[in-house]
Amino acid sequence: MQKYVSQIHRCFRCGYCKFPTDYSSFNCPSYRRFRFDSYSTGGRLWLIYAWLKGEIEWSEHFAEILYTCTTCKNCAEQCPMKFAPDIVDWIVGARSDMVEKGKIPPRVARFFEAVYGYGNPFKQLRSDRAVWANGTKKYAPGDEYLLYVGCLGSYDENGQKMARSLVDILNASAVSFGILGEEEECCGNEIYMLGETGLFQNLMEKNNQKFKELGVSKVITLCPHGYNTMKNIYPASGGNFEVYHYTQILNDLIKKNKIKPSQAKAKITYQDPCFLGRYNNIYDEPRQILQSIPGIKLVEMERTRRDAFCCGGGSGNFVTDLLAGSADSPARIRAREAYETGADTLAVACPSCLTMLTDAVKAEDLDDKLAVKDISQILKELLSAR
Amino acid sequence: MTTTSALCDSLIKIVGKNFVSNQKEERYFYARDGGLMPPHEPDFVVMPKTAEEVQEIVKLANREKVPIVPKGAGLALTGLVIPQRGGIVLDMKRMDRILEVNEKARYVVVEAGVTQGVLKSYLQKHHPHLRHSIPDSPPVATIVANAVIHGQGRLSQQHGFNSDMVSGLEVVLPTGELCRIGSCSVSKYWFSKGPPLPDLSGLFLGWFGTTGIITRLGLKLYPCKKMRDIMLFLADKAELIPDIMLRLSHTEMVEDVVVSAAPLPLRFRGTFWIMAYITGDSDEELEFKRKMVWNALWEYFESRDLGFLSVSPDMKAPLMSMPSKDTSRFADVSKGGGFQYAGPITPIEKFPAFIRKLEEVATKYNVFYASTTRLIGAGHCMMFSFSFSFNRANTDEMARAKKALYECSKFALEEGGVLWKADIYEQRLLMDKMDPNTLVLMKKIKQLLDPNGIMNPGNWEVK
Ligand SMILES: Cc1cc2nc3c(=O)[nH]c(=O)nc-3n(C[C@H](O)[C@H](O)[C@H](O)COP(=O)(O)OP(=O)(O)OC[C@H]3O[C@@H](n4cnc5c(N)ncnc54)[C@H](O)[C@@H]3O)c2cc1C
Ligand code: SF4
Ligand code: SF4
Repeated sequence: MQKYVSQIHRCFRCGYCKFPTDYSSFNCPSYRRFRFDSYSTGGRLWLIYAWLKGEIEWSEHFAEILYTCTTCKNCAEQCPMKFAPDIVDWIVGARSDMVEKGKIPPRVARFFEAVYGYGNPFKQLRSDRAVWANGTKKYAPGDEYLLYVGCLGSYDENGQKMARSLVDILNASAVSFGILGEEEECCGNEIYMLGETGLFQNLMEKNNQKFKELGVSKVITLCPHGYNTMKNIYPASGGNFEVYHYTQILNDLIKKNKIKPSQAKAKITYQDPCFLGRYNNIYDEPRQILQSIPGIKLVEMERTRRDAFCCGGGSGNFVTDLLAGSADSPARIRAREAYETGADTLAVACPSCLTMLTDAVKAEDLDDKLAVKDISQILKELLSAR
Repeated sequence: MTTTSALCDSLIKIVGKNFVSNQKEERYFYARDGGLMPPHEPDFVVMPKTAEEVQEIVKLANREKVPIVPKGAGLALTGLVIPQRGGIVLDMKRMDRILEVNEKARYVVVEAGVTQGVLKSYLQKHHPHLRHSIPDSPPVATIVANAVIHGQGRLSQQHGFNSDMVSGLEVVLPTGELCRIGSCSVSKYWFSKGPPLPDLSGLFLGWFGTTGIITRLGLKLYPCKKMRDIMLFLADKAELIPDIMLRLSHTEMVEDVVVSAAPLPLRFRGTFWIMAYITGDSDEELEFKRKMVWNALWEYFESRDLGFLSVSPDMKAPLMSMPSKDTSRFADVSKGGGFQYAGPITPIEKFPAFIRKLEEVATKYNVFYASTTRLIGAGHCMMFSFSFSFNRANTDEMARAKKALYECSKFALEEGGVLWKADIYEQRLLMDKMDPNTLVLMKKIKQLLDPNGIMNPGNWEVK
């Protein structure tokens, strides 16, 4: 990560990273929101370089510019240079230097404090972590899967609905699984992206240790953020288990005829979560689930798959909300885009997208025209209807 | 004089607080571009949304005698958007509406911040049989600024400079009046920037924002054929290139002619890549054009002075992409995030001399080089780029690249070329060589239009 110091000057500020593949509109969520070039990828990289050279001093504004990046990875997809895959690491590297110097925006500091103190960014009690679970079985050695729910699934109202739907489907399909309940720790993905490497290391080690003690060999995550960190970062610290996002499991169950959704009538569009799509190339499974439902018409938004426009929630922004407060907030733009497809439902596969887009649809006054639902919720409703 | 904070309040009143910044971070970023000109900070960065807002800002700047620099994407690379005397940088990219496409008269009207990428995508989606002359600058470059600097693009071989394709302007004059130029000044149609009226567009195109701020621009569109292909030829004798270019243009069958030369990869050193693009609505049309091109160059194949390179799909994709991402990748050749080019507009007969000079200068200053030449008009001239890549973390290399550039610019001028998108130093070289009466005329025009000298000061400053 610290490689950024010797590499960051390589950005040419050409701005390819502002766009999706077809150049149809701006696709860096923070640039789209604020419109000063300083909030684009190139802006951030040049400012970080200026900071390293001592040409600018740290300021709250600078920190905010750095932290309004949602780490959506659009820039890494679009930058034509050889260093493209490293761009987000460079931004995260600079954040970690800021954290070390204790110079971060107050909202980010509060995020860390909550995780230090409570083990989740919402300052909720650990003992309440499984309130949503309604008696869901705890993981025990011998279970095939550990269902890792994450902080949003545990505490956020929308995330909890998602978690309950998923549990119901897994139970109905006789999948052998259990949860960790109050013993579950934060996955640390956001902590990592926000640059608190020490805390992240600590969380990762705790999780790896616990999974090892319990003999966990397969994990299902509710949230793409948890999927990402467990899949791509945990193994380097001894994580030795298979990880699946829940859409992969559900798609498999459908293919094996273990779930048969009943007839529906809906026009649905789908939001690719950055940590599922651009980070992990999972584009097809969520779509295949939706397409397997009889009577559902899947329509795509203009920017989709690797070009999907981020909901603005990544990198802890579902809590810090540094991109909020405007009709140009990414989630509101995305809600309008979803509505323009003529869909009646906006399907998501991520609790962060769910909460960001649910709020956005309300802010856009579209809540009676466009329902925001997670794929697990859509599927659950159709199973109960059988 | 009004205090900075009072000026800030006035700007906020015009565009809203979210679109004015006098914070260090924005001032730092907008003080520079990706090229080699030294930075200079603005006092404010302001992002207007409407022509009315631009008018209000210009009136305020006149009252307060504060400089204004309109900016698109800042990709000209020659410091034309660096506010040499501080003041306000107007980032135009929020004025981003495509206002009208007239299919039958084949033009589009855009606001000043519409980018090349967005227009390309919009036309592909909504008017797939129409296209504009897209340059190879990154897609965030604006249509308006490209016309302001007399850019060239994919259709320049057929239709001249991109600024020749302008079909009307709406301009905020330096004193704040909103003014229409061309057919749109008397009609609702934007089909001509001048004829049959006096062509006033010349008061704004080529002036680098020193004579007014363009808020809307009409741009001619051209037929977009269903198919497009590239024919790639290799030659190693620079003397033959002008004739090859002329022969290609004689066919009146090619869309675009580009010649590139670079020392890397090594296997291509000393070889010129001649790229002829052809388009067609059917296989037959393409095949016919291929044959015509082939026939035009046959003599050179026979003498073995020219070779044909059949390109694999992997190789073809980047050559076909518009804009060409490879052009931007040159900035990373020295792993340092920078390149700049002098791109004189010059008769095509100068190609051999220019190539020799490029190689000589690159060796002398020990800098990475490349060159891309684009034919403009039916052989009327070419843009020859002396491009040097540099490492931004290596100040010595940057200084050498700068010396190399200026040596090439001086050379090009001595050889009868005219410097394109000249930086302030090159503008002086041009003005030193210019007919004195032309200079007087330029001075009078500037004084008449911009009595307070607030528009992009430092540029086209006639002594
Ligand atoms: C990799 C690369 C490849 C390139 N290839 C090409 C190419 O193939 N063809 C080509 O033509 N160019 C090319 N360029 C040069 C340049 O990027 C383009 O010409 C581009 O269109 C400039 O647009 P911009 O928005 O970046 O202009 P800017 O640099 O922002 O502005 C250029 C000038 O226009 C003025 N201006 C901006 N907006 C207004 C306005 N509204 N009213 C009045 N004045 C205004 C500015 O003050 C400035 O003087 C290339 C550049 C790069 C980096
Ligand atoms: S990150 Fe890449 S695409 Fe973006 S401005 Fe820098 S070099 Fe260009
Ligand atoms: S990761 Fe996303 S938000 Fe961050 S700079 Fe890249 S495109 Fe912008």
